[in-house]
Amino acid sequence: MYAYNEFDQKFVRQRVSQFREQIEKRLNGSLSEEEFRTLRLMNGLYLQLHAYMLRIAIPYGSLNSDQMRKFAYIADRWDKGYGHFTTRQNIQFNWPKLENVADILDALADVNMHAIQTSGNCVRNVTADHFSGASIDEIEDPRPSAELLRQWSTDHPQFQYLPRKFKIAITGSPNDRAVVKAHDIGLRILRNQQGEVGYQVIIGGGLGRSPFVGHTIREFLPKADLLPYIEAILQVYNLGGRRDNKYKARIKILVHETGIEEITRRVEENFKLQKSEFQKPSDKLIAAIEKRFLAPDFEQSTYENFEAERSESPQFDIFVKRNIADHRRENYAIVTVSLKNIGQTPGDATSEQMRVLADIAQRFSHDELRISHEQNIILPHVQKRHLPEVYKLLQAADLASANIGLISDIIACPGMDYCALATARSIPVAKDISRRFDELKLEHEIGDIKLKISGCINACGHHHLGHIGILGLEKGGIENYQITLGGAADLTMAIGKRAGRGFSAEELLPAIERLIGAYLDLRTSREEVFLSSLKRLGHSPFIEALYPKKESQNVA
Amino acid sequence: MARAFVTKIVTANDLLVGDAVYLTSSNLWSRDFHEAKICLNEDEATRLLDSTNFHQHHIVGAYLADVAARDGRPVELLHFREKFRTKGPSNYFHGKQEFNNQQGVA
Ligand code: SF4
Repeated sequence: MYAYNEFDQKFVRQRVSQFREQIEKRLNGSLSEEEFRTLRLMNGLYLQLHAYMLRIAIPYGSLNSDQMRKFAYIADRWDKGYGHFTTRQNIQFNWPKLENVADILDALADVNMHAIQTSGNCVRNVTADHFSGASIDEIEDPRPSAELLRQWSTDHPQFQYLPRKFKIAITGSPNDRAVVKAHDIGLRILRNQQGEVGYQVIIGGGLGRSPFVGHTIREFLPKADLLPYIEAILQVYNLGGRRDNKYKARIKILVHETGIEEITRRVEENFKLQKSEFQKPSDKLIAAIEKRFLAPDFEQSTYENFEAERSESPQFDIFVKRNIADHRRENYAIVTVSLKNIGQTPGDATSEQMRVLADIAQRFSHDELRISHEQNIILPHVQKRHLPEVYKLLQAADLASANIGLISDIIACPGMDYCALATARSIPVAKDISRRFDELKLEHEIGDIKLKISGCINACGHHHLGHIGILGLEKGGIENYQITLGGAADLTMAIGKRAGRGFSAEELLPAIERLIGAYLDLRTSREEVFLSSLKRLGHSPFIEALYPKKESQNVA
Repeated sequence: MARAFVTKIVTANDLLVGDAVYLTSSNLWSRDFHEAKICLNEDEATRLLDSTNFHQHHIVGAYLADVAARDGRPVELLHFREKFRTKGPSNYFHGKQEFNNQQGVA
């Protein structure tokens, strides 16, 4: 499991005490907000609509039970008894008071956690496949690479003032669960023809105002070259990235305006220069990192009780079908715990639920938990024989919704219920949609679908990548929602296309219902999921459902 | 023709808690927008906003918000974002709405 080295410990404690002083200075008036703002953002502290918000990095989405319990403690002691898990594998507390923030950060440091580099124009929290170290399709656990990148980028003197923030994601398996093509740099671990392990390097992907699918800049990068190569990319970006316009400052715009061929040339040239001089991490360091991520001591076990429970309890069977993924050990399973109960806020967990999850992880999942970018929590290593018991414990904590991958498993950003940048709310939209399709008892009938909602063009809710995407905007003084169709977040990544004019909050739910109704009518069978129908038929029949003729006549 | 001026009040976030506060005619900050001083023209609004430069140890990020006013008092914030700021989020009963009842504010 991930642990800090001594350098991190000292560094984090120092940063906390430094920030404590800065807060005191702000409170006694010797620091202006202008001076303080950068400092608080560097420590993950934002000012939102109703309160401050503290964003805490969960490196590559991995944490242990002590860390989860600490979140619960913070939620109870200094916040309002819950936390919000984000699409960046962070946790956000929505109600900290300025005077308590240093205490919260100290409490986090006790369990090797912090909020550094969750904001600002630096390399942000490196995200990874949430099934890392567990999934059956994995070539190699991506977390040692992510950790190497974290250590290299933390406080890197050259890269604290990049033109803009910089996000890296990594996956170790051919099935991309880390959305690598939507990041400044995306890394895919793969094997070349000789069987050596290395990385496919993808750059210039991103969402937001100008969404782009990333380009492959290197088909195969030997493992040992990771840091000098990434450093070469960042140098090219640091020099060439625009600083005159914040909306054009991300590397995706540099790649788009300069062309991938030219960027590749610059990076490769720079890399050649770098490579010989670059001080590579020692073998000792790499070995030490790898050791921390060694697989736990998996046990041998049989699981007749699991099969028996499946045939006895249809409810449990549905849970297994929706929420369980194959583990690399045959007698184990990966459990995805849904934070998307019907009618609730996507990604929120109460302190009590956090404690239950921590206890389950400690007893049944080799003390490991993961946060997914889809705002759910993963128990990565549960023996099948324990699944019936784990299911009961989850049920008792209201954590057993069997809806992974269904229409209620919605990604939604905080939107205008919290976020100061929002143009509309997203949480009530998510709640309404999940409630409605639950009432109609259609969720399982509809089957696999990705619905994603953002409260502004920044796209934290990945709406561009939803099979159905919803973007909340403002039009004429009211909230207005634009629908996009056909996005995808996996390796076939696609940016959804706008269907047409936006909908008011009242019109939106009926529009989504018509859209889903059209799908149910048009699909060839239950096996044809929403996205497949959309691909087979094109967008027109779905657009017709969204904007029925009668309506257009009325408007005309 | 110049656009008609919309009555404004000055709002900001409280430094300690971070919630919405409003500048009153006694030059203090209230959590209730009904108590805010209204500005009836551009000059007044600019002057009042500038005056908040001296309040930086109490508040963060002052700006002007449009209101409807009656009898010299604000009765309604016009933008939905500003309405949300007077209550709190819609998903939990947190923020101002938790306390509004005690303060007798709708
Ligand atoms: S998408 Fe916009 S509204 Fe949603 S969290 Fe991001 S910045 Fe805020």
